[in-house]
This record gives sequence, structure tokens and C-alpha cells, in this order.
Amino acid sequence: MSGAQLSAAHAEAGRRARNARLGLLGPAVLIILLISILPLGITVVYSFLTPGTYGGVTWEFSTAAYVQFLFEEDIFDGTLAFNPAYLQIFLRSIGLAFGAMIGTLILGFPTAYFIATKPRQQRTFWLFLITLPFWTNILIRTYAMLLIIRDEGFINLTLMNLRIINHPLSILYTDTAVFIGLIYTYLPFMVLPLYASLEKLDFRLVEAGYDLYASRWKVLSHVIAPLAKPGIIAGCVLVFIPGLGAYITPELLGGGKKLMIGNMIAIQFGSSRNWPFGSAAALILMALVVIVLLVYARAAGREAKAHG
Amino acid sequence: MENDGERVATQTMEKAGAENRRNVAISARSLVKTFGTGEFAVHALKDVDIDIRENEFFTLLGPSGCGKTTLLRMIAGFELPTSGIIQLDGQDITALPPHKRPVNTVFQSYALFPHMTVAENIGFGLKMLGRSGGDIDKRVKRMLALVQLEAMANRRTDQLSGGQQQRVALARALAPEPKVLLLDEPLAALDLKLRKNMQIELKSLQAETGITFVFVTHDQEEALTMSDRIAVMRAGEILQIGAPTDIYERPTHRFVADFIGDINILEGSVVSSEGRTAQVRLKDGAVIEARVPEGVDGSGDVALAIRPEAARLAGPDETAALSGTLENVVYFGAASYLHLRLGSGEEFVLRHSGALDAYDLSTGSVLGIALQPGRARVLE
Ligand SMILES: Nc1ncnc2c1ncn2[C@@H]1O[C@H](COP(=O)(O)OP(=O)(O)O)[C@@H](O)[C@H]1O
Ligand SMILES: [Mg+2]
Repeated sequence: MSGAQLSAAHAEAGRRARNARLGLLGPAVLIILLISILPLGITVVYSFLTPGTYGGVTWEFSTAAYVQFLFEEDIFDGTLAFNPAYLQIFLRSIGLAFGAMIGTLILGFPTAYFIATKPRQQRTFWLFLITLPFWTNILIRTYAMLLIIRDEGFINLTLMNLRIINHPLSILYTDTAVFIGLIYTYLPFMVLPLYASLEKLDFRLVEAGYDLYASRWKVLSHVIAPLAKPGIIAGCVLVFIPGLGAYITPELLGGGKKLMIGNMIAIQFGSSRNWPFGSAAALILMALVVIVLLVYARAAGREAKAHG
Repeated sequence: MENDGERVATQTMEKAGAENRRNVAISARSLVKTFGTGEFAVHALKDVDIDIRENEFFTLLGPSGCGKTTLLRMIAGFELPTSGIIQLDGQDITALPPHKRPVNTVFQSYALFPHMTVAENIGFGLKMLGRSGGDIDKRVKRMLALVQLEAMANRRTDQLSGGQQQRVALARALAPEPKVLLLDEPLAALDLKLRKNMQIELKSLQAETGITFVFVTHDQEEALTMSDRIAVMRAGEILQIGAPTDIYERPTHRFVADFIGDINILEGSVVSSEGRTAQVRLKDGAVIEARVPEGVDGSGDVALAIRPEAARLAGPDETAALSGTLENVVYFGAASYLHLRLGSGEEFVLRHSGALDAYDLSTGSVLGIALQPGRARVLE
């Protein structure tokens, strides 16, 4: 065989291998296109169109949806005035999701620690209890929470019977109710990654910490928390991101009065009949999530490098 | 010559008397530790009394599972005794949590913090004690020099070899200048050569720092070479406490004699005794003079202990104390170990360091055994 023939054969073999690879990748690429890129593309396109009168869109380019997020057009002279209403909903959502993240961390850490320090055979049982809520539909769980915190609910009746309070605490349909609901819903998402981290913790290091004059708190902050950092970060991301887009909890426990981003977006596609604005709000929410994930990726990357 | 053993014994006792007057660092009284209850109860420590003096290298020696770690963890504060008290410098520390005791531990697994550098590990204790950054830096530098790891200050601990990790663990525990340093089988994970080096290093570190070391090991040779005093433990009890020579030359307990070095243990009964000297008739009829240590009841049926080096082959003109048939000769150059079977059926090993030319060393030949006076001992 001459050199030219040989290289031609090589090129042919290489091309075939490439084709085979593409063929194998095909289904995956198709699924990603269908499930992720296509809907996202539609959302991006819709956000730059004009709302139709009875919902839907009319094919007319407009940036009104993005402008509307921050400004209000005066109906008489058409001038733009700053309108913080939507921004406030976003900020409140961020605040509530962040609060839920901190709340679940404070409740979840001792829980995960408790389970991780149980004898191995007992841990399965406790983990089962943690995942038990997943067996029930979230809608039903949220209604149950509603029954517990309403004025005539379990909490108020107990407190009144114990004569700790005279009038029921009005928790339902407030930010507090949404906050409690979010913590309840997302607690397992915090406990499970924390447990995964703490379970791997070498408790002899905890003893070494005590031995070297660290109090309980110092051991927690200087030994346990740094070693459980991957779990803490993963738990925070798993609570904050879905918390930011929460829909059912604020819908039911906030009574539609205390909106979060999810409810606001739903309204645009429903009663407000403003699909472009709904699309724009969804994209802004997504941008927020991407920012959070980038921060997470950087933190995780630093961690990996430090342990590399 | 006759009274050599005795004189050494008296001297050591006098020395021990002087040492007793040294201050006691750790003192434990009637320590009991039981894990679990009912039929699952494990009696890890049964009524342990111990005094560990200031500046001494004290070793807890015993087979695996005898309660060494449990005793050490109780001194560190990781376990509460079921009953009994522990004092440090005369103060009751029984219920004090670990972080309030001026006692540090070198863990068998080293337990170095993986998220900190070597220097941060060593400075951790001082940081927790609230020392200033400058103080910590200075002390960390000194500790790094002490364990010869200056070049490794900013390494991560998983980039170190086993021996280096061991030295970091040591430096970390020594940095806060504890009153007492606890070491739980710290050399067990090292290979033989490194272990020998670390034994010397540890011993000189102890002398240099003047800190009381409580060292745990199941290796009798390690205990004998390193310690000022040794406590021999078995099944949650301390059988004997003493200097290495006491433990080796003058064991009071059959287990101690057997555990430390090679020894012949022969059954017999006391026929007469005078003071602390007894005449013991062995099962094959020979009568041997033996010392009865303090605290041992020297009457009736007893066990007799004779080190292989306290016996030799009897010369042609000597009267032999014992005789046996030769089973095996192990030649070691400077000396030979001869395995003999006595008339009673018991095995007897002797270490003969002279020439063997004059003896018939064929298997089955009957040989006479001469004993060094004063070296046979009656055991509990
Ligand atoms: N936490 C524990 N729970 C139950 N038994 C234990 C525990 N710690 C030690 N033991 C038991 O106590 C005895 C002494 O153990 P230990 O002090 O570790 O011995 P050593 O260090 O001399 O090998 C052993 O029988 C051991 O199984
Ligand atoms: Mg042990």
C-alpha cells in the first residue's frame, strides 16, 4: 500500500468513527433539543412579542415586556415612570427563598448530624422518616399545613387551650405562612445532602478538635462545618433554587395575596393574558438561577481544587 | 555473688522510694468502666489504681482488648468512668470535658485535619486557646523545627508520608504545652525501621520537653526500651507497675513474666521458706531455691519462673540443679538457645553463651542444667 492510500484509508476510518459517534449521540441531542432548547427558544421569542387580546401573542416585535418589569407607562401621555411592584415580588421571592434556605439549614444540620451519628442499622429508619413526606402529593401536604396554621387550626387551638394566647395568631396568608410552608416543603432537600456529607465525616477528627481545646461551637465551626461544606452548599442550592420558583406554597398559604415569582408568572399566562410579560419574567427568574449556579460551581470548583 | 539479685532489688526499691516523692501528675482511684449492661456488659476496666508521676515516660502495656485505650480515653476526657475518680495535679478532673483538660492526645490514626495545612494543624490548639497570631506563628515554627518538618509547613496533610503525618500529630499535640501527653499506639502503623527511629525520637522529645508521656503499646520490647515505668495490664486490671528492670527481672505475676520476654514457668510446691527465700520442690523431684517477691504468698503450690539467660548447661564437675533431654538447639552466634524436656514433661529453654564443644548435642542426650543463684522467682 502506498502512503497516499494508507492515509486515505485512515481518513475513511476516522470519518466512520465520527459518524458512529454522532449516531450514538443523536438521541441524547434530540431529547435535549425537545425538552430544553425548544421551549426555552419559544419563551425567548414570546418575550419579545406583543400580547394578544385574548391571551397568546401577536407577531409584532416589542421590548415592552422587559420595560414593564421596571416601568409603568402612563396611560395618558405615554411617559415611563418607575414601578417597583414587580421588582418587589422578585425581591420578596429572593428573601423568602433565602430565608427558607437558612431556616432549613438551621433545622436540617442538627437533624442530619443526629442521623449520621446513629448506629448504621438505625440510620435507614431515620432516613425513611425524612423521605416519608415525598410519598404524599405536595398539594395535599400544603393543604394539611394550611389546616395546621389557620386561625382555628391546631397551633392556635393548642396555644389558646394552654392559655398562652387569648386571640388566634393570624399566620395564614402572610409571609410567615409562606416561609413556614417553604421550610416544611424543602427541609428534606437540605437534610439529605447534609447527611451524605456528615456520614462520611471522620468523627475522630471531632475528638481531635475537642482534645485541642475547641468548645462545641468551635468544633462545629472549625472542624465539622468545613468538612461538611460540600453538603452544605449542595443543600443550599437544592433549597434556594426551587424555593425561588415556588408556586403551590405561596398560592395556598399566601392566599394569592403574598405573591412570589411563580404565582406572578402564572397570573400573566392566566387572568392577565400577558404571555410576553410572563415569558420575560420567567427568563429573568432563570437568569437569577443561572447566577446562583455559577456561584455554586465556582465554590465547588474551589473546593475540588483545594482537595485535589 | 550470692546476693547480687537481692542488692539490685534493694537499690531499685530505694530509687523507687525517691521517685515516689516526685509529684504525681495523673492519679486514678478505683476506676471502673463498663460498656453496656446486663448480659452484654463489657468490663473494660475493673478497679484500676494508678499514679503517673511528673516528667516520666509511663507506658501502659498489655494485649489487645485489655483496656489500654479505654484508660487513655478516660484521662483525655472522652469517656466517663462508670465509677472512680481521676485527678490531675491533685485536682479532680473526672467530669471535666476534654477541651478543658491540659492534656493532649496523639491518636493512633493521627486524626490530622484534612482541610488545614501542616502549620494550621499544629497551630490549632493554640488558636482555640485564644493565643495571638504572632505567638502561634512563633510556636508553630519551633514545633516544626522540633519534628524536622520546616519545609512542609504549607503542605496539605495528605501529601505527607506516614512518618511525617505521625510527626505532625506529635507536634500538634505538643504545641499547646500540655501537662500530660497521651499516645495511643502511635507507632503501630509505621514500618519496622521507621518505628525504631521514632522510638528514639519520642524518647528524646520527652526528655527535651519534660512533659509527662503516657504511652500505650502492646509491644513489650517497645515498652522495655522506652519507658521509665511500665504498667502491665490484662483484662481490665493492672497486674504490676514498675521500672522496665523490675518488670523483666522481678515479675510478680505469672502473666507478666510470660508476656515480657521468654521465660520458663515450672510447677512446684514450697517445702520450706525463710524470709523471702523458699525451697521449691518441682514435679520431677528437684528442689530449687527461689525468691518470693513482696505481695506474693510463698506457700503451697506455686509457679516458678526462670529466664533462659538465668540458666546454662552444667559443667562436667558441677552438680546440676535440673536435668533434661535435649530436643532442639537454636544457634544465634553469641549464644545458643537449647530446648530441653524435663523429667516432669515440662519444656525448659536455656540460653548458653559459652562454648558447646564439651557437650553431647545430639537429640535425646541428657544434659545437666545449672541455675544462676537468686534468679528463680515464685509467681502469684
Ligand atoms: N465503646 C465501646 N463499646 C463497647 N465496648 C467497648 C467500647 N470501647 C471498648 N470496648 C471494649 O472494652 C474492652 C477494652 O477495649 P480497649 O480499651 O480498646 O482495649 P485496648 O486498647 O487495650 O486494645 C474491649 O473488650 C472492647 O471491646
Ligand atoms: Mg487500643
